[in-house]
Amino acid sequence: MAATSHIPFSMSHTEAELRQIFLEQVKQIPSGERIKRCIQCGSCTGSCPVSYAMDISPRELIALFRAGEMETIMKSRTIWICASCYVCTTRCPSGIKITDIMYALKRTAMEKKYESKAPQVQILANLFIENLMAYGRLHEGTLIRKYYMKMDLKKLFGMIPLARKMYKTKRIALFPKKIKAHEALSRIIKKANEIEVRHLPEPIEYSPEYVGYKAVGELELESKKGN
Amino acid sequence: MKYAYYPGCSLEKTQRGYDESVREVFKALNQELIEIDDWNCCGATVYMSVKETVSLAVSSRNLALAQNMGYDIVAPCSSCFTVLSKTNRILNQIPEMHHDVNEALSEAGLNYSGNTKVRHPLDILMNDVGIETIQKKMKKNLGGLKIAPYYGCQIVRPDKTFDDHENPVLLDKMFKKCGAEVVYFPMKVRCCGGMLMTTFEETALKLNKELLACAEAHGADVIVTTCPLCHFNLEAYQNKINNIYNTNFNVPILYFTQLLGIVLGLPEKNIGLDSVFVPVGKKISSLIMA
Ligand code: SF4
Ligand code: SF4
Repeated sequence: MAATSHIPFSMSHTEAELRQIFLEQVKQIPSGERIKRCIQCGSCTGSCPVSYAMDISPRELIALFRAGEMETIMKSRTIWICASCYVCTTRCPSGIKITDIMYALKRTAMEKKYESKAPQVQILANLFIENLMAYGRLHEGTLIRKYYMKMDLKKLFGMIPLARKMYKTKRIALFPKKIKAHEALSRIIKKANEIEVRHLPEPIEYSPEYVGYKAVGELELESKKGN
Repeated sequence: MKYAYYPGCSLEKTQRGYDESVREVFKALNQELIEIDDWNCCGATVYMSVKETVSLAVSSRNLALAQNMGYDIVAPCSSCFTVLSKTNRILNQIPEMHHDVNEALSEAGLNYSGNTKVRHPLDILMNDVGIETIQKKMKKNLGGLKIAPYYGCQIVRPDKTFDDHENPVLLDKMFKKCGAEVVYFPMKVRCCGGMLMTTFEETALKLNKELLACAEAHGADVIVTTCPLCHFNLEAYQNKINNIYNTNFNVPILYFTQLLGIVLGLPEKNIGLDSVFVPVGKKISSLIMA
């Protein structure tokens, strides 16, 4: 685990900002406030199929959050390698929605434009969205081609035998097709984006003692939900 | 019964074997699937990690279309199934979000109540249709074919759905009743890595190697799947795994609806058996021919 970088009982501006964005996200998770109840048992880490390849284990991640180390989390590989398998979530004895928390952390990292240890995940996500926006349905061929063109040309060529097999078995649509209601879908997306922006949190004045359990408790996630 | 069918993007083409077999099996069991007209991509898990309101609005459009048809929605793809179910759960638990999503949907003249039920074909076949009906229509007994039932992650998690999180049994039950021997397969709900095959290939290859090794060690003739992503990883990357790990896997991978289609005596072509990458092997071939 990374060493604490700040003076005890104080919170840096960056940390305060990150916590605020993250906790706003957590509020959108049903039962998200249970993050407060972690007992550090490690069931999540022990169950996770990819924890061996993470730099921070899921249990450590919650500990770091409580210790006021959001930046360490933002810079981790962990949030990007999570496979969304939900095993941690179903096994956590405290009912913590760890997978959804991973999503919230990803969103926070993207919003604050952290340089990622695994940029390929964001590249794939962005291409996926571009694809969805353009056609309304995913055209896997286009997605994979564009992805490997950006990431690794050698791999793109390496995909040729597989692409051939898929072509032979009629498992490839050569060209993407737009859905009929493409424009209506675009309007939905545009509006949802506007709403998302409207909801960006107002900056809160943080007091220096907002660290650790205090920070999590003070924010009263539950009571804020109704406002 | 009638259902609103949501095939999802991967079933349209790359996983046509799943789509074709679901449609044919439902038809054979007198269940009507009506494809939702002009459905859109559910957004999958990738989209969930980017913008929440947007991703919920995008998946809600499909739920709203199904609601207007008046039927439960059937989503065979595990990822679609989870995304749509999750959308329902969030909209029902967080009223502000429900309101926002409807505000976005109204741009397309739609409104969603939050009440469309999201179902998986396995749930419908076992709980609505029932194994007795399936047995009555059974044309071929699987004759002790050894199957490894692979449920993957997202039809049994995160919510309590229609089977157990840790030890789901519906596939086991279904195929036992059709004469198969279900091998011990402790990795039945272990993750295949999903999209990690694209973003963290090494890690995903290792996960899939372990799955194949487990099935092989227990003598499975075939791995039976319920998810396009698991299916693709296990099937299309088997060669690569063999090259990297010096293994010799040659394990056929079939969708559960394809195997069920064989049991129901449906023509091979109609259930996409002409689209498999790993040959189905002697035992299954002779079943098809029988
Ligand atoms: S399983 Fe839950 S309680 Fe245990 S360490 Fe993980 S998050 Fe904390
Ligand atoms: S959801 Fe992510 S963190 Fe949780 S067990 Fe699966 S891969 Fe690990």
